[in-house]
Amino acid sequence: MMLAGLNIVPALPETFLLCAVSVLLMLDLFLKENSRAILLGGSLLSLIVTALIVLNVGESGVIYTFHHMYVLDPLATAMKLAAIATVFVIFVYGTQYVTDRGMFKSEYYALMLFALMGICVLVSANNFLSMYVGLELLSLSSYALVALERDSVKSTEAGMKYFVLGALASGMLLYGISMVYGGTKSLDVNEVATIIGSGAANMVLVKIGLVFIVAGLAFKLGAVPFHMWVPDVYHGAPTAVTMFVSSAPKLAAFVFVSRVLGQALPALHGEWQQMLMVLAVLSIAIGNITAIAQTNLKRMFAYSAISHMGFVILGVMVNSQAGYAASAFYVITYMLMTLGGFGLILLLTKAGFEGDQLSDLKGLAQRSPLFGGVLLLVMFSMAGIPSTVGFISKFSVLSAVLAGGNVALAVIVVLLSVIGAFYYLRIVKLAYFDAPESTAELSTDKGMKFALVVNGLFILALGILPQSLLDYCQQVVLASFAS
Amino acid sequence: MFENHLLSLAIWLPILSGVLVLFVGGDSQAKLARWIALIGAAVSFLATLPLFTQFQDLHAGMQFIEDKVWISQFNIHYALGIDGISLFFVILNSFTTLLVILAGWEVIQSRVSHYMAAFLIMSGLINGSFAAMDAVLFYVFFEAMLIPMYLIIGIWGGPRRVYASVKFFLYTLLGSLLLLVAFLYLHKASGGSFSIADFQSLSLSRDIQILLFVAFFASFAVKVPMWPVHTWLPDAHVEAPTGGSMVLAAITLKIGAYGFLRFCLPIAPVASHELSWLIVLLSLVAVVYIGMVALVQADMKKLIAYSSISHMGFVTLGFFLFEGSQLNPYAVEGALLQMISHGFVSAAMFFCVGVMYDRVHSRQIADYGGVVNTMPKFAAFFLLFAMANAGLPATSGFVGEFLVIMGATKANFWVAVLAATTLIFGAGYTLWMYKRVIFGAVANSHVAELTDVNGRELLVLIILAATVLGMGLYPDLFAQKMHASVTNLITLVADKQAAVAGLSQ
Repeated sequence: MMLAGLNIVPALPETFLLCAVSVLLMLDLFLKENSRAILLGGSLLSLIVTALIVLNVGESGVIYTFHHMYVLDPLATAMKLAAIATVFVIFVYGTQYVTDRGMFKSEYYALMLFALMGICVLVSANNFLSMYVGLELLSLSSYALVALERDSVKSTEAGMKYFVLGALASGMLLYGISMVYGGTKSLDVNEVATIIGSGAANMVLVKIGLVFIVAGLAFKLGAVPFHMWVPDVYHGAPTAVTMFVSSAPKLAAFVFVSRVLGQALPALHGEWQQMLMVLAVLSIAIGNITAIAQTNLKRMFAYSAISHMGFVILGVMVNSQAGYAASAFYVITYMLMTLGGFGLILLLTKAGFEGDQLSDLKGLAQRSPLFGGVLLLVMFSMAGIPSTVGFISKFSVLSAVLAGGNVALAVIVVLLSVIGAFYYLRIVKLAYFDAPESTAELSTDKGMKFALVVNGLFILALGILPQSLLDYCQQVVLASFAS
Repeated sequence: MFENHLLSLAIWLPILSGVLVLFVGGDSQAKLARWIALIGAAVSFLATLPLFTQFQDLHAGMQFIEDKVWISQFNIHYALGIDGISLFFVILNSFTTLLVILAGWEVIQSRVSHYMAAFLIMSGLINGSFAAMDAVLFYVFFEAMLIPMYLIIGIWGGPRRVYASVKFFLYTLLGSLLLLVAFLYLHKASGGSFSIADFQSLSLSRDIQILLFVAFFASFAVKVPMWPVHTWLPDAHVEAPTGGSMVLAAITLKIGAYGFLRFCLPIAPVASHELSWLIVLLSLVAVVYIGMVALVQADMKKLIAYSSISHMGFVTLGFFLFEGSQLNPYAVEGALLQMISHGFVSAAMFFCVGVMYDRVHSRQIADYGGVVNTMPKFAAFFLLFAMANAGLPATSGFVGEFLVIMGATKANFWVAVLAATTLIFGAGYTLWMYKRVIFGAVANSHVAELTDVNGRELLVLIILAATVLGMGLYPDLFAQKMHASVTNLITLVADKQAAVAGLSQ
C-alpha cells in the first residue's frame, strides 16, 4: 500500500524542475555579471528536459499516486506541455527586456520556473489540498514576479494589489473547500463526486461551499465581477512578467475549474452552470466594452483577456465533452495570441522606453511590413476572424454552446464579440492606416524576432489546418473526463 | 492533372500569387510587384475559363465537385462545386481582378506590393465563397474577405477612409455572426452536417424558418446592401480607391444576393414566401427612393454607389417574386443576369470616374464640364457605360431589368409599375451626371489640361465595352447555363413549402 502510494514517476517532471531551479539559484551566486547568459541557457535547457520527461511519463490512461493526491492523466500532460512551451517563449521574448531593465537575475528565472512548477502541480492535483498547494506556489511566485521591478512605484503597487486580492480569493476558496469537506467528509476529487452521487452528503453545506469556490475560481480566472485586479496588475507589472501572468496561469485555471466543477462536483451542475453563465456573459460584455476606452495596450489586453476567459468559462459551462475540449483548445490557442500580443509590445520597447501606448503602434506596418503582418494576424485572431485560429476556437465554443441547446446565449455572445472586434480593428488601423510617429529601429533581438514570426505563422497555420490540435484536445478530454 | 481541381485552382492560384507578391517587398520593386500581380491575375483568370467551357448546361446540380474532410470534429468539409448560379460569379470575379490590377497600375504608388496582394488574396477568397458547398467553408471565405477589403479601404482610401473602413467591417461582421449562429443551429438540426445540400433538404417548422430567415436577412441584406442597412456602402465606395470600388460593386455586393439564393430561399422557403412582401417592399424602396437620392448627389462616386444600391434592389426584388408557392423563373434569371451585368457596368463606371479622378483629383460633378472637348475617346466609352447603367436596350443593363419587370408584372402589376420607374430614375441620374460632366463648354483650367486615355486605360475600357455590348446582344450565352439550376431551385423551393404545409396539417 505504501509502496504503491509512493510511485514517484508521475511527479518526475516537477521533481526535476525543482532540482533544476535549485541548481540555477545556486549557480547565480558564482556567476559574474557578464556570464548571466548561462542562466538563460540553463533555464531553457531545464524547460526542454522537463518537457521531454512529461512526454515520457505521460500515458494515455489515468494514473493516481501519493495516496490519490496526485493524478497523471492526458489533460494534465497536455496542459503541462502547453505551459512549458509558453514559459519557453516568454524567456525568449523577454531576454532583451529584462537585460535592459536590470532584471536579468536568477530571481526572474527562478520565480518563473517555480510558478511553472505550481502550474504543473495544480493541473496534476486530484485533491483539494494538493490543488491549493499548487495554486499557492503559482500565486506567491507571481506576486513576487509582478513586484520584481522594486524601484518602480507602479510595479510595487501592482504586486501589492495582486497579493491582497489574491489572498482574499485564496481565502474564499479555502472557505469553500472547507464547507465541501464538511458536507462530504472528503477532499479527494473522485470521492467527493461519489459521496455526492450516493446522496450521503450534506447538500446545504456543499452548495454554500460551491458558491465560495466559484467566487474564488472566478478571482483566479479574472472573470467579471471579480476582475478588478486584472488591468492594474497587467499594467503595473514589467511587460515580460505581464506576459507570464496573462498566459500560463490561464491554462492552470482552466484545469482547476474543470476538475473542481466537472470532476468533483458534476452532480451540482445545475447550480454552477447558472453561475458560470452569468460570469461568462458579464466577462465578455464588460471586458469588451471597457477595452474600447483604454489607451494603454497592456490594459487593453487585460480587458481583452477578461473577455477571452469568458469564452473559456462558457465552454466549461456546457459541461459536455465537446465543451471541455472546446475550452481546452481555446485556452491553448489563446496562449499563441497573448504571447504574440505582448511580444509585439516588447518589440516596440527599448531601454528607457515602454512601447505600451496605443499610439506607439502607429505606422508599424510601414516601419516593418513583416511585423505589421504578425500584428494583423494576432489582432484578427483575437477578434475571431476566419483564417486565423481565433475563429476556430470561438467556433468550437459556440458550437458546444449550441449543442447544449442554448441558442439565445450564443446569440448574445456573438453580438458582444462584434463590440470586441472594434478595438482590435482600431489597433490594425493604427498600425496600417496611420503614418509612423517614430522611425526608431524596432527591437534588435534576433531570437525574439524570429520567434515572433513563427508565433504569427502558427496562428495562421492552426487557423487553416486545426485538425491535429482539435483531435488532441478531444482525446485528452475523452480520456480525462471518462471517469 | 488539374481536371478535378479547377475550383481549387481558382481559389488558390490568386491567393498564392498574392503571397508571392507580398514577398517582393518595398516600393523600390514596385514594377516587379505589378508584373507578378498581373501575371498571377491573368493565369488565375485563364484557369477559370475551363469552368465555362466544360460546364454541362443541362446538369442542374453541382459540377467540378471536390470534397475532403477539413475538420472532422464538426464534420466540416472542404467541399467545392458550382452550378449554373455560381459559375458566372467565379469567372466574373477573376475577370474583374485582372482589370483591377490594370486599373491600379500607375495610380497606386505607395505600398504597391500590398495593394496588389490584397486584391489577389481577396479574389481567391471570393471565388471560395461562391464555390463552397459547405456552410462553414462558405463562412470562412465570406468573413476572411473582410480583412483585405478593410485594408484596401483603410490604406489607399480617401480622407474619411478610417471611418468608412471600420463602418464597413463592423456592419458586415454583425450580420455574418448571426449567420454563423444560424449555421450552427442547422448543424444540430441536420444531425451533424454542415453541407449546404443537407441544410436545403431539411424540412423545418415555420417558426424556426422565420428565425433563420432573420439571421440570413441580417447577414445578406447588409452585404447586398438593402435599404435601410445600406449606409455603409456610399461611405466605403467614396473612400475606397478605384480598384476597391470596382471589386466592391462588381463582386462583393453579389455575394449578399447570392446568399439569398443559396441559403435563404431553399433553407427557409416558407418564411421566405411569408416575408417576401418585406423584401419586395425594401427592394422597391431601394429602387425608387435610392434612385431619387442618387439624383441629387454632387459626388460622382457617391452617385454610382447609390445607383448600385438601386440596381441591387432590382436583384433582390427578382428573387422574391412569388406566384403561389412558385418563384417566377423569368424574374430569378433576370435578377441573376442583372447581377452579372451590374458587375461589368458598375466596374466600368467606377473605372471611368477613376480615370478622371487620377487627372483632376476631384470627384465633384461641379468641378467638371466639357470633358468631351479634351477627352473625346474617353467620353465615347463613358457614354456607352452610362447608357448601360440606365438600362438601354442592346446593352447588358437592359436584359436583366426587362426580365425582372416582366416577372413582376405576372406577380403583381403595381410592383411592376414601381420597379419600372428605375428606367426613368436610372436614365435620369446617370445621363444628367453625364451631361454635366462631359458636355458643355470647358469648365475650368483643370479640364482644359486633361489628356485623353492612355493605352492601358483604353485596353480596360475596350474589354469592358466588349463584354457590356456582348452580353446585351447575346444574353443567351449566359442564360442557357443558368436554366437548369434555376428551374431546380424553383422546384425545390415549391416542394419544400408543400412538405412543410403537409407536416403542419
